[in-house]
Amino acid sequence: MTTFDVQMLLSGQYHDMLVAGFKMSLQYLFYAFWIALPLGLVIALCRLSPFKALRWIGATYVEVIRSIPLLAHMLFWYFGVPELLPAAWKEALYAGPVESICAVVALGVYTAAYMAEDIRSGIRAVPAVQMEASRALGLTYMRTMRLVILPQALRFTVPPLISQTLNMWKGTSIATVIGAAEMMYQAGQVESQSFRSFEAFAFASVAYLAVSLVITFAAIWFQHRYPVRTM
Amino acid sequence: MLELIQTYWLYFLVGQYPNGPLGGLVLTLILAVMGLLLSLPLGLLLGMARISPWRIVRWPVTALVYVVRGTPLLMVVFWAYFFLPSVTGHKTDQFWTMLIALVIFDAAYLAEIVRAGIQGLPKGQMECARSLGLSYFKAMRTVILPQAMRNSLPSLVNQFISTIKETSLGYIIGLAEVTFIATQINSLVFTKPAQVFGILGLTYFVLCFGLSRFAFWIEKRLERKGLGSRRVEKVAA
Repeated sequence: MTTFDVQMLLSGQYHDMLVAGFKMSLQYLFYAFWIALPLGLVIALCRLSPFKALRWIGATYVEVIRSIPLLAHMLFWYFGVPELLPAAWKEALYAGPVESICAVVALGVYTAAYMAEDIRSGIRAVPAVQMEASRALGLTYMRTMRLVILPQALRFTVPPLISQTLNMWKGTSIATVIGAAEMMYQAGQVESQSFRSFEAFAFASVAYLAVSLVITFAAIWFQHRYPVRTM
Repeated sequence: MLELIQTYWLYFLVGQYPNGPLGGLVLTLILAVMGLLLSLPLGLLLGMARISPWRIVRWPVTALVYVVRGTPLLMVVFWAYFFLPSVTGHKTDQFWTMLIALVIFDAAYLAEIVRAGIQGLPKGQMECARSLGLSYFKAMRTVILPQAMRNSLPSLVNQFISTIKETSLGYIIGLAEVTFIATQINSLVFTKPAQVFGILGLTYFVLCFGLSRFAFWIEKRLERKGLGSRRVEKVAA
Protein backbone atom coordinates (compact mmCIF):
# COMPACT_ATOMS: atom_id res chain seq x y z
CA MET A 1 0.00 0.00 0.00
CA THR A 2 1.22 3.50 -0.75
CA THR A 3 1.77 6.02 1.99
CA PHE A 4 -1.06 7.89 3.62
CA ASP A 5 -1.42 11.21 1.80
CA VAL A 6 -2.55 13.75 4.36
CA GLN A 7 -2.10 16.62 1.93
CA MET A 8 -4.97 15.38 -0.18
CA LEU A 9 -7.35 15.72 2.75
CA LEU A 10 -6.19 19.18 3.74
CA SER A 11 -6.59 21.01 0.44
CA GLY A 12 -7.46 20.64 -3.19
CA GLN A 13 -10.39 19.22 -5.08
CA TYR A 14 -10.82 16.05 -2.99
CA HIS A 15 -10.73 18.04 0.22
CA ASP A 16 -13.49 20.25 -1.12
CA MET A 17 -15.61 17.27 -2.10
CA LEU A 18 -15.28 15.61 1.29
CA VAL A 19 -15.97 18.79 3.21
CA ALA A 20 -19.01 19.50 1.04
CA GLY A 21 -20.25 15.99 1.85
CA PHE A 22 -19.69 16.54 5.55
CA LYS A 23 -21.66 19.78 5.47
CA MET A 24 -24.43 18.09 3.52
CA SER A 25 -24.64 15.29 6.12
CA LEU A 26 -24.87 17.84 8.92
CA GLN A 27 -27.67 19.62 7.06
CA TYR A 28 -29.57 16.35 6.66
CA LEU A 29 -29.20 15.78 10.39
CA PHE A 30 -30.50 19.26 11.13
CA TYR A 31 -33.56 19.14 8.86
CA ALA A 32 -34.45 15.55 9.69
CA PHE A 33 -34.28 16.38 13.40
CA TRP A 34 -36.91 19.08 12.95
CA ILE A 35 -39.16 16.59 11.21
CA ALA A 36 -38.54 13.77 13.68
CA LEU A 37 -38.94 15.62 16.98
CA PRO A 38 -42.33 17.30 16.41
CA LEU A 39 -43.69 14.24 14.63
CA GLY A 40 -42.39 11.99 17.41
CA LEU A 41 -44.02 14.22 20.01
CA VAL A 42 -47.37 14.08 18.22
CA ILE A 43 -47.17 10.30 17.92
CA ALA A 44 -46.22 9.94 21.58
CA LEU A 45 -49.19 12.10 22.61
CA CYS A 46 -51.43 9.97 20.39
CA ARG A 47 -50.16 6.84 22.11
CA LEU A 48 -50.90 8.31 25.56
CA SER A 49 -54.27 9.79 24.65
CA PRO A 50 -57.50 8.56 26.26
CA PHE A 51 -59.01 7.88 22.81
CA LYS A 52 -58.62 4.37 21.52
CA ALA A 53 -58.52 5.36 17.85
CA LEU A 54 -55.63 7.79 18.40
CA ARG A 55 -53.74 5.23 20.48
CA TRP A 56 -54.18 2.71 17.70
CA ILE A 57 -52.91 5.14 15.05
CA GLY A 58 -49.85 5.95 17.15
CA ALA A 59 -49.06 2.31 17.87
CA THR A 60 -49.47 1.32 14.23
CA TYR A 61 -47.19 4.12 13.07
CA VAL A 62 -44.46 3.12 15.51
CA GLU A 63 -44.64 -0.61 14.80
CA VAL A 64 -44.81 -0.31 11.04
CA ILE A 65 -42.04 2.25 10.68
CA ARG A 66 -39.70 0.56 13.11
CA SER A 67 -40.07 -2.85 11.48
CA ILE A 68 -38.76 -1.68 8.12
CA PRO A 69 -35.06 -0.92 7.51
CA LEU A 70 -34.12 2.68 6.86
CA LEU A 71 -32.70 1.64 3.50
CA ALA A 72 -36.11 0.34 2.40
CA HIS A 73 -37.68 3.61 3.60
CA MET A 74 -35.24 5.60 1.49
CA LEU A 75 -35.90 3.50 -1.60
CA PHE A 76 -39.63 3.76 -1.10
CA TRP A 77 -39.59 7.54 -0.66
CA TYR A 78 -37.25 8.07 -3.56
CA PHE A 79 -38.63 5.66 -6.16
CA GLY A 80 -42.16 5.01 -4.95
CA VAL A 81 -43.64 8.16 -3.48
CA PRO A 82 -42.99 10.62 -6.34
CA GLU A 83 -44.92 8.25 -8.64
CA LEU A 84 -47.95 8.52 -6.40
CA LEU A 85 -47.98 12.31 -6.33
CA PRO A 86 -50.12 14.45 -8.66
CA ALA A 87 -48.27 15.57 -11.78
CA ALA A 88 -47.85 19.20 -10.70
CA TRP A 89 -46.31 18.23 -7.34
CA LYS A 90 -44.10 15.72 -9.03
CA GLU A 91 -42.75 18.36 -11.37
CA ALA A 92 -42.12 20.73 -8.50
CA LEU A 93 -40.31 17.98 -6.61
CA TYR A 94 -38.07 17.05 -9.51
CA ALA A 95 -37.22 20.72 -10.04
CA GLY A 96 -35.62 20.78 -6.60
CA PRO A 97 -32.92 18.63 -4.96
CA VAL A 98 -35.13 15.54 -5.03
CA GLU A 99 -32.60 13.12 -3.49
CA SER A 100 -32.00 15.38 -0.52
CA ILE A 101 -35.68 16.00 0.09
CA CYS A 102 -36.52 12.29 -0.05
CA ALA A 103 -33.56 11.39 2.18
CA VAL A 104 -34.46 13.96 4.82
CA VAL A 105 -38.13 12.99 4.83
CA ALA A 106 -37.32 9.27 5.06
CA LEU A 107 -34.85 9.86 7.86
CA GLY A 108 -37.22 12.13 9.78
CA VAL A 109 -40.21 9.82 9.43
CA TYR A 110 -38.09 6.84 10.47
CA THR A 111 -36.51 8.45 13.53
CA ALA A 112 -39.85 9.93 14.65
CA ALA A 113 -41.07 6.41 15.47
CA TYR A 114 -38.13 5.87 17.80
CA MET A 115 -38.38 9.32 19.37
CA ALA A 116 -42.09 8.78 20.01
CA GLU A 117 -41.29 5.70 22.05
CA ASP A 118 -38.62 7.52 24.04
CA ILE A 119 -40.91 10.41 24.84
CA ARG A 120 -43.73 8.06 25.80
CA SER A 121 -41.59 5.92 28.06
CA GLY A 122 -40.13 9.06 29.67
CA ILE A 123 -43.58 10.23 30.67
CA ARG A 124 -44.55 6.75 31.80
CA ALA A 125 -41.43 6.40 33.91
CA VAL A 126 -42.67 8.98 36.40
CA PRO A 127 -44.26 7.08 39.31
CA ALA A 128 -48.04 7.38 39.54
CA VAL A 129 -47.88 8.56 43.15
CA GLN A 130 -46.42 11.84 41.88
CA MET A 131 -49.64 12.55 40.06
CA GLU A 132 -51.75 11.43 43.02
CA ALA A 133 -49.76 13.48 45.51
CA SER A 134 -49.95 16.69 43.54
CA ARG A 135 -53.65 16.24 42.76
CA ALA A 136 -54.20 15.69 46.49
CA LEU A 137 -52.42 18.98 47.13
CA GLY A 138 -55.08 20.64 45.00
CA LEU A 139 -53.30 21.19 41.68
CA THR A 140 -55.33 20.74 38.50
CA TYR A 141 -54.47 18.00 36.00
CA MET A 142 -52.81 20.41 33.57
CA ARG A 143 -50.86 22.21 36.31
CA THR A 144 -49.70 18.86 37.68
CA MET A 145 -48.51 17.84 34.24
CA ARG A 146 -46.67 21.09 33.70
CA LEU A 147 -45.14 21.56 37.14
CA VAL A 148 -44.64 18.03 38.44
CA ILE A 149 -44.76 15.32 35.81
CA LEU A 150 -43.13 16.86 32.72
CA PRO A 151 -40.04 18.30 34.45
CA GLN A 152 -39.32 14.85 35.84
CA ALA A 153 -40.18 13.10 32.57
CA LEU A 154 -37.71 15.30 30.67
CA ARG A 155 -34.84 13.93 32.71
CA PHE A 156 -35.74 10.45 31.57
CA THR A 157 -36.46 11.51 28.00
CA VAL A 158 -33.56 13.70 26.94
CA PRO A 159 -30.73 11.12 27.09
CA PRO A 160 -32.53 8.58 24.85
CA LEU A 161 -33.56 11.43 22.53
CA ILE A 162 -29.93 12.43 22.22
CA SER A 163 -28.99 8.86 21.40
CA GLN A 164 -31.72 8.79 18.75
CA THR A 165 -30.09 11.89 17.29
CA LEU A 166 -26.88 9.88 17.18
CA ASN A 167 -28.66 7.13 15.28
CA MET A 168 -30.03 9.72 12.92
CA TRP A 169 -26.53 11.03 12.30
CA LYS A 170 -25.37 7.55 11.39
CA GLY A 171 -28.52 7.09 9.31
CA THR A 172 -27.61 10.02 7.07
CA SER A 173 -24.97 7.73 5.53
CA ILE A 174 -27.69 5.53 4.03
CA ALA A 175 -28.85 8.41 1.83
CA THR A 176 -25.94 7.44 -0.41
CA VAL A 177 -28.11 4.67 -1.94
CA ILE A 178 -30.39 7.19 -3.60
CA GLY A 179 -27.44 9.22 -4.81
CA ALA A 180 -27.73 12.08 -2.34
CA ALA A 181 -24.40 13.86 -2.19
CA GLU A 182 -23.70 13.39 1.51
CA MET A 183 -20.40 12.36 3.09
CA MET A 184 -20.54 8.65 2.32
CA TYR A 185 -21.34 9.38 -1.32
CA GLN A 186 -18.52 11.91 -1.62
CA ALA A 187 -16.09 9.49 0.02
CA GLY A 188 -17.09 6.92 -2.60
CA GLN A 189 -16.61 9.49 -5.37
CA VAL A 190 -13.19 10.48 -4.11
CA GLU A 191 -12.27 6.83 -3.81
CA SER A 192 -13.25 6.05 -7.38
CA GLN A 193 -11.59 9.16 -8.82
CA SER A 194 -8.33 9.08 -6.91
CA PHE A 195 -8.05 5.34 -6.07
CA ARG A 196 -7.16 6.44 -2.57
CA SER A 197 -9.72 4.48 -0.62
CA PHE A 198 -7.82 4.64 2.65
CA GLU A 199 -7.67 8.44 2.81
CA ALA A 200 -11.25 8.96 1.68
CA PHE A 201 -12.73 6.46 4.12
CA ALA A 202 -10.47 7.59 6.93
CA PHE A 203 -11.78 11.12 6.51
CA ALA A 204 -15.38 9.97 6.53
CA SER A 205 -14.87 7.64 9.50
CA VAL A 206 -13.16 10.29 11.59
CA ALA A 207 -15.84 12.83 10.71
CA TYR A 208 -18.68 10.45 11.61
CA LEU A 209 -16.93 9.45 14.79
CA ALA A 210 -16.18 13.03 15.85
CA VAL A 211 -19.80 14.13 15.55
CA SER A 212 -20.98 10.90 17.22
CA LEU A 213 -18.69 11.44 20.18
CA VAL A 214 -19.87 15.03 20.58
CA ILE A 215 -23.47 13.77 20.67
CA THR A 216 -22.59 10.95 23.09
CA PHE A 217 -20.83 13.30 25.47
CA ALA A 218 -23.80 15.66 25.31
CA ALA A 219 -25.95 12.81 26.62
CA ILE A 220 -23.46 11.98 29.37
CA TRP A 221 -23.21 15.66 30.33
CA PHE A 222 -26.99 16.00 30.53
CA GLN A 223 -27.30 12.94 32.75
CA HIS A 224 -24.58 14.29 34.98
CA ARG A 225 -26.06 17.79 35.11
CA TYR A 226 -29.68 16.73 35.53
CA PRO A 227 -29.59 13.34 37.24
CA VAL A 228 -32.81 11.35 37.56
CA ARG A 229 -34.15 11.84 41.05
CA THR A 230 -35.07 8.71 42.89
CA MET A 231 -37.61 8.68 45.67
CA MET B 1 -49.83 -5.85 -6.97
CA LEU B 2 -51.06 -9.46 -6.95
CA GLU B 3 -49.79 -9.91 -10.46
CA LEU B 4 -46.41 -8.66 -9.31
CA ILE B 5 -46.31 -11.18 -6.49
CA GLN B 6 -47.43 -14.02 -8.73
CA THR B 7 -44.70 -13.33 -11.25
CA TYR B 8 -41.80 -12.68 -8.96
CA TRP B 9 -42.43 -14.40 -5.63
CA LEU B 10 -39.86 -17.14 -6.15
CA TYR B 11 -37.22 -14.69 -7.31
CA PHE B 12 -38.03 -12.52 -4.29
CA LEU B 13 -37.67 -15.46 -1.91
CA VAL B 14 -34.53 -17.22 -3.13
CA GLY B 15 -33.07 -15.09 -5.94
CA GLN B 16 -31.70 -17.11 -8.85
CA TYR B 17 -31.15 -20.07 -6.55
CA PRO B 18 -31.38 -23.30 -8.50
CA ASN B 19 -29.64 -21.70 -11.49
CA GLY B 20 -27.42 -19.29 -9.65
CA PRO B 21 -26.36 -18.05 -6.25
CA LEU B 22 -28.84 -18.12 -3.36
CA GLY B 23 -30.42 -14.76 -2.66
CA GLY B 24 -33.57 -12.94 -1.68
CA LEU B 25 -35.35 -13.24 1.62
CA VAL B 26 -33.68 -16.55 2.44
CA LEU B 27 -30.25 -14.99 2.13
CA THR B 28 -31.35 -12.11 4.35
CA LEU B 29 -32.41 -14.57 7.03
CA ILE B 30 -29.27 -16.69 6.73
CA LEU B 31 -27.13 -13.57 7.09
CA ALA B 32 -29.08 -12.36 10.12
CA VAL B 33 -29.02 -15.73 11.89
CA MET B 34 -25.33 -16.33 11.21
CA GLY B 35 -24.52 -12.73 12.11
CA LEU B 36 -26.20 -13.00 15.48
CA LEU B 37 -24.87 -16.48 16.28
CA LEU B 38 -21.29 -15.51 15.46
CA SER B 39 -21.42 -12.16 17.23
CA LEU B 40 -22.98 -13.57 20.40
CA PRO B 41 -19.80 -15.17 21.82
CA LEU B 42 -17.75 -12.15 20.77
CA GLY B 43 -20.28 -9.77 22.33
CA LEU B 44 -20.26 -11.79 25.53
CA LEU B 45 -16.48 -11.55 25.75
CA LEU B 46 -16.47 -7.82 24.98
CA GLY B 47 -19.29 -7.19 27.46
CA MET B 48 -17.41 -8.94 30.23
CA ALA B 49 -14.26 -7.05 29.29
CA ARG B 50 -16.19 -3.77 29.48
CA ILE B 51 -16.78 -4.29 33.20
CA SER B 52 -13.65 -6.25 34.01
CA PRO B 53 -11.78 -5.13 37.11
CA TRP B 54 -8.59 -4.76 35.05
CA ARG B 55 -8.07 -1.45 33.36
CA ILE B 56 -5.81 -2.90 30.69
CA VAL B 57 -8.70 -5.03 29.45
CA ARG B 58 -11.45 -2.50 30.07
CA TRP B 59 -10.01 0.54 28.30
CA PRO B 60 -9.22 -0.82 24.84
CA VAL B 61 -12.54 -2.63 24.67
CA THR B 62 -14.41 0.49 25.78
CA ALA B 63 -12.64 2.45 23.06
CA LEU B 64 -13.51 -0.21 20.48
CA VAL B 65 -17.17 -0.19 21.50
CA TYR B 66 -17.31 3.61 21.29
CA VAL B 67 -15.68 3.66 17.87
CA VAL B 68 -17.89 0.96 16.38
CA ARG B 69 -21.06 2.43 17.85
CA GLY B 70 -20.05 5.90 16.68
CA THR B 71 -19.61 4.97 13.02
CA PRO B 72 -22.41 4.00 10.66
CA LEU B 73 -22.61 0.32 9.74
CA LEU B 74 -22.19 1.42 6.15
CA MET B 75 -18.73 2.69 7.04
CA VAL B 76 -17.82 -0.66 8.60
CA VAL B 77 -19.10 -2.44 5.49
CA PHE B 78 -17.01 -0.21 3.24
CA TRP B 79 -13.88 -0.73 5.30
CA ALA B 80 -14.44 -4.47 5.19
CA TYR B 81 -15.16 -4.39 1.47
CA PHE B 82 -12.04 -2.44 0.52
CA PHE B 83 -9.62 -3.68 3.13
CA LEU B 84 -10.19 -7.39 3.45
CA PRO B 85 -8.89 -7.91 -0.11
CA SER B 86 -5.82 -5.77 0.48
CA VAL B 87 -5.02 -7.58 3.73
CA THR B 88 -5.81 -11.16 2.70
CA GLY B 89 -4.58 -10.79 -0.85
CA HIS B 90 -7.65 -12.19 -2.59
CA LYS B 91 -11.10 -10.78 -3.10
CA THR B 92 -13.57 -11.64 -0.38
CA ASP B 93 -17.06 -12.19 -1.74
CA GLN B 94 -19.96 -9.95 -0.73
CA PHE B 95 -21.52 -12.50 1.58
CA TRP B 96 -18.48 -12.89 3.79
CA THR B 97 -17.72 -9.18 3.73
CA MET B 98 -21.23 -8.40 4.91
CA LEU B 99 -21.12 -11.14 7.51
CA ILE B 100 -17.81 -9.96 8.93
CA ALA B 101 -19.04 -6.36 9.08
CA LEU B 102 -22.27 -7.47 10.77
CA VAL B 103 -20.41 -9.54 13.33
CA ILE B 104 -18.06 -6.69 14.25
CA PHE B 105 -20.92 -4.21 14.43
CA ASP B 106 -23.33 -6.42 16.36
CA ALA B 107 -20.69 -7.57 18.81
CA ALA B 108 -20.23 -3.97 19.97
CA TYR B 109 -23.99 -3.58 20.53
CA LEU B 110 -24.29 -6.99 22.19
CA ALA B 111 -21.42 -6.03 24.48
CA GLU B 112 -23.53 -3.17 25.79
CA ILE B 113 -26.56 -5.44 26.21
CA VAL B 114 -24.48 -7.96 28.14
CA ARG B 115 -22.94 -5.21 30.24
CA ALA B 116 -26.36 -3.78 31.09
CA GLY B 117 -27.59 -7.29 31.92
CA ILE B 118 -24.72 -7.88 34.29
CA GLN B 119 -24.87 -4.45 35.88
CA GLY B 120 -28.62 -4.85 36.33
CA LEU B 121 -28.03 -7.64 38.80
CA PRO B 122 -27.77 -6.84 42.50
CA LYS B 123 -24.18 -6.38 43.61
CA GLY B 124 -24.71 -8.94 46.33
CA GLN B 125 -24.76 -11.76 43.80
CA MET B 126 -21.09 -11.38 42.95
CA GLU B 127 -20.12 -10.73 46.56
CA CYS B 128 -22.01 -13.82 47.75
CA ALA B 129 -20.48 -16.02 45.10
CA ARG B 130 -16.98 -14.75 45.86
CA SER B 131 -17.43 -15.17 49.60
CA LEU B 132 -18.56 -18.75 49.01
CA GLY B 133 -15.08 -19.30 47.63
CA LEU B 134 -15.73 -19.20 43.88
CA SER B 135 -13.10 -17.58 41.70
CA TYR B 136 -14.04 -14.46 39.70
CA PHE B 137 -14.45 -16.44 36.48
CA LYS B 138 -16.35 -19.28 38.11
CA ALA B 139 -18.68 -16.78 39.78
CA MET B 140 -19.18 -15.08 36.40
CA ARG B 141 -19.88 -18.31 34.60
CA THR B 142 -22.11 -20.08 37.10
CA VAL B 143 -23.83 -17.23 38.95
CA ILE B 144 -23.76 -13.92 37.10
CA LEU B 145 -23.99 -14.77 33.41
CA PRO B 146 -26.96 -17.17 33.55
CA GLN B 147 -29.04 -14.53 35.33
CA ALA B 148 -27.75 -11.68 33.18
CA MET B 149 -28.45 -13.54 29.94
CA ARG B 150 -31.98 -14.38 31.02
CA ASN B 151 -32.66 -10.73 31.81
CA SER B 152 -31.28 -9.58 28.50
CA LEU B 153 -33.23 -12.12 26.44
CA PRO B 154 -35.77 -9.53 25.18
CA SER B 155 -32.93 -7.19 24.19
CA LEU B 156 -31.30 -10.05 22.32
CA VAL B 157 -34.42 -10.63 20.26
CA ASN B 158 -34.52 -6.89 19.56
CA GLN B 159 -30.91 -7.03 18.45
CA PHE B 160 -31.84 -9.88 16.12
CA ILE B 161 -34.52 -7.64 14.61
CA SER B 162 -31.97 -4.89 14.02
CA THR B 163 -29.64 -7.44 12.47
CA ILE B 164 -32.35 -8.40 9.98
CA LYS B 165 -32.80 -4.73 9.15
CA GLU B 166 -29.05 -4.19 8.89
CA THR B 167 -28.61 -6.94 6.32
CA SER B 168 -30.37 -4.60 3.87
CA LEU B 169 -27.09 -2.67 3.63
CA GLY B 170 -25.68 -5.62 1.68
CA TYR B 171 -27.51 -3.98 -1.20
CA ILE B 172 -24.80 -1.34 -1.41
CA ILE B 173 -22.01 -3.83 -2.06
CA GLY B 174 -24.18 -5.78 -4.51
CA LEU B 175 -25.13 -8.68 -2.26
CA ALA B 176 -28.29 -10.33 -3.65
CA GLU B 177 -30.38 -10.10 -0.47
CA VAL B 178 -34.02 -9.15 -0.47
CA THR B 179 -33.58 -5.37 -0.91
CA PHE B 180 -31.25 -5.91 -3.84
CA ILE B 181 -33.69 -8.35 -5.42
CA ALA B 182 -36.48 -5.81 -4.93
CA THR B 183 -34.53 -3.11 -6.78
CA GLN B 184 -33.86 -5.60 -9.56
CA ILE B 185 -37.54 -6.45 -9.81
CA ASN B 186 -38.22 -2.71 -9.81
CA SER B 187 -35.99 -2.19 -12.82
CA LEU B 188 -37.56 -5.18 -14.60
CA VAL B 189 -41.12 -3.97 -14.05
CA PHE B 190 -40.14 -0.32 -14.25
CA THR B 191 -43.64 1.16 -13.93
CA LYS B 192 -44.62 0.19 -10.38
CA PRO B 193 -41.95 1.36 -7.95
CA ALA B 194 -44.42 2.13 -5.15
CA GLN B 195 -45.85 -1.39 -5.24
CA VAL B 196 -42.48 -3.11 -5.45
CA PHE B 197 -41.02 -1.22 -2.51
CA GLY B 198 -44.33 -1.47 -0.70
CA ILE B 199 -44.09 -5.26 -0.91
CA LEU B 200 -40.48 -5.07 0.27
CA GLY B 201 -41.53 -2.98 3.28
CA LEU B 202 -44.42 -5.30 4.02
CA THR B 203 -42.07 -8.30 3.98
CA TYR B 204 -39.71 -6.72 6.48
CA PHE B 205 -42.67 -5.61 8.56
CA VAL B 206 -44.19 -9.08 8.85
CA LEU B 207 -40.83 -10.55 9.83
CA CYS B 208 -39.75 -7.90 12.32
CA PHE B 209 -43.15 -7.22 13.83
CA GLY B 210 -43.60 -10.93 14.49
CA LEU B 211 -40.25 -11.04 16.23
CA SER B 212 -40.92 -7.91 18.27
CA ARG B 213 -44.17 -9.48 19.52
CA PHE B 214 -42.07 -12.50 20.46
CA ALA B 215 -39.67 -10.28 22.46
CA PHE B 216 -42.66 -8.68 24.16
CA TRP B 217 -44.05 -12.10 25.04
CA ILE B 218 -40.72 -13.18 26.57
CA GLU B 219 -40.60 -9.98 28.59
CA LYS B 220 -44.11 -10.52 29.95
CA ARG B 221 -43.31 -14.13 30.74
CA LEU B 222 -40.15 -13.22 32.63
CA GLU B 223 -42.08 -10.59 34.54
CA ARG B 224 -44.84 -13.00 35.44
CA LYS B 225 -42.31 -15.41 36.82
CA GLY B 226 -40.88 -12.57 38.86
CA LEU B 227 -37.60 -12.75 36.95
CA GLY B 228 -37.70 -9.51 35.01
CA SER B 229 -36.81 -6.09 36.24
CA ARG B 230 -39.09 -4.81 38.98
CA ARG B 231 -41.30 -1.86 38.09
CA VAL B 232 -43.22 0.88 39.83
CA GLU B 233 -46.71 1.87 38.80
CA LYS B 234 -46.75 4.35 35.94
CA VAL B 235 -48.59 7.61 35.34
CA ALA B 236 -50.44 7.03 32.11
CA ALA B 237 -51.66 4.27 29.80
